[in-house]
Amino acid sequence: MEAYRYPDGSITYPGHPIGPGGEEPVDTVDLSDYTAEVITWTTSTAAPPGVREPNTLAIVEFDVDGEPVRAIGGVTTGDEVAIGDEVRPVYVEELREPGAGIREPDSQEWDGYRFEPV
Amino acid sequence: MENVAIIGASMTQFGRRDGWVLDLLSEAGTACLDDAGVSPDAVDHLYVSNMASGEFEGQTGIMNAIAHDLAAMPAYTARIDQTSSSGGAGVKHAWQSVASGASDMTLLVGAEKMTHRTTPEATDVIASITHPVEYKHGVTLPSFAGLTARLYLDTYDAPRESLGKVAVKNHKHGVHNPHAQFRKEVDLDTVLESPIVADPLRLYDFCPITDGSAALMFCPESVAKEYTDDYVLVPGVGGATDTHVVHERADPTTMRGVVESSRIAYDMADVGPDDVDVAELHDMFTILEFLQSEDLGFFEKGEGWKAIEEGRTEMGGDMPINPSGGLKSKGHPLGASGVAQVYEIYEQLMGEAGKRQVGDADTGLACNVGGFGNCVITTLMEAN
Repeated sequence: MEAYRYPDGSITYPGHPIGPGGEEPVDTVDLSDYTAEVITWTTSTAAPPGVREPNTLAIVEFDVDGEPVRAIGGVTTGDEVAIGDEVRPVYVEELREPGAGIREPDSQEWDGYRFEPV
Repeated sequence: MENVAIIGASMTQFGRRDGWVLDLLSEAGTACLDDAGVSPDAVDHLYVSNMASGEFEGQTGIMNAIAHDLAAMPAYTARIDQTSSSGGAGVKHAWQSVASGASDMTLLVGAEKMTHRTTPEATDVIASITHPVEYKHGVTLPSFAGLTARLYLDTYDAPRESLGKVAVKNHKHGVHNPHAQFRKEVDLDTVLESPIVADPLRLYDFCPITDGSAALMFCPESVAKEYTDDYVLVPGVGGATDTHVVHERADPTTMRGVVESSRIAYDMADVGPDDVDVAELHDMFTILEFLQSEDLGFFEKGEGWKAIEEGRTEMGGDMPINPSGGLKSKGHPLGASGVAQVYEIYEQLMGEAGKRQVGDADTGLACNVGGFGNCVITTLMEAN
């Protein structure tokens, strides 16, 4: 779960060739080493092809040594989550069935992290 | 720089249509030429607003196809894709073509054909705009709406019912729109008891999947006077972007693209939010009507929900929003929606909106949102 750190101290997930301050990244941070707080969440019952249904998703915020970094991901426990909960990233080999949807399977990675309440 | 005028407008029936994208474009384009009284050989530029005809039906090159079908050659043409705000982006490009002096007559036609796809397929075509880190989690535009709605209700202590009242209002308005996909009122209980789509939002918080087309004819005001005494002016058009990755926004309940695009449009037109008599907003999801009405400056941040509770955004209120029925009732054929918003404001400022007429409207605003606020176009219009 690689995030980029930029010269002004800001961190983004995903990383970008140029950061919010207009400068190129200087370092990476593995967010899977940290816990995060749930900012908001939803349970989607109208999932597109190749996606689990229902699909509970959350926007979470990591605190990386005082620098906030946000990410989105599925929740491992369904809708048993609340704003303000602490979660940790849990690795999942295949988040969504590659090729079931419109996107070319080889154009991106399909593994990643879901969030599990601590 | 000359004033830019709109001298003709049209829109097709929105809903489930038998025709394909070229049929829809042709229907609206022909009607707009007729409405404006403009010969096809007088068209200098022809823009086509469309998000995904290639993905939806395997038809590409639609801008040249429609130029041929309308006998508009050798007019310059281009297809404008800005996802759900393709229509608004088409308005901006059409405006620029006239304001710059590059074109003395510009036809803009927006269209999308979607209903032959299943809901999951159409949802996936639209969700393909997302970043890979979003797409692999099955993130959809409705799920962004659910995430944002929960945060808005929690942050501003707004009642869930206020979102439902947006759907009730816009369905009520849409009853009087002959082009709307749904011309049927719904009550609040029906909205609040409909199936959950993206918790806390339910089926009636979302616009439908729609086929349809709309068109506008732009020219300099000096040329407009050669055709008609009745036209509408476009004194301001602003476009802006926000992050592609939605979760990177510091405050998901603020749409920076709406704030910035409206600031540009207000400055160009030398007006402010208090001058706007009627507005068409991009209510693809009920929560978007709150966010836009606040970020356009109609209401204070976090108080958009109070406006619906107080009836201020209904017909007869002091800030009527979506007299057309909005995307919620009228339907949302992606590339056509932004054009159809301006069509509605044109009708309002011309005093030709019939039972939807909001009174003596002099200044109108249309806000067309692409993605989940990723790209936004705000257009200001004034009666002649």
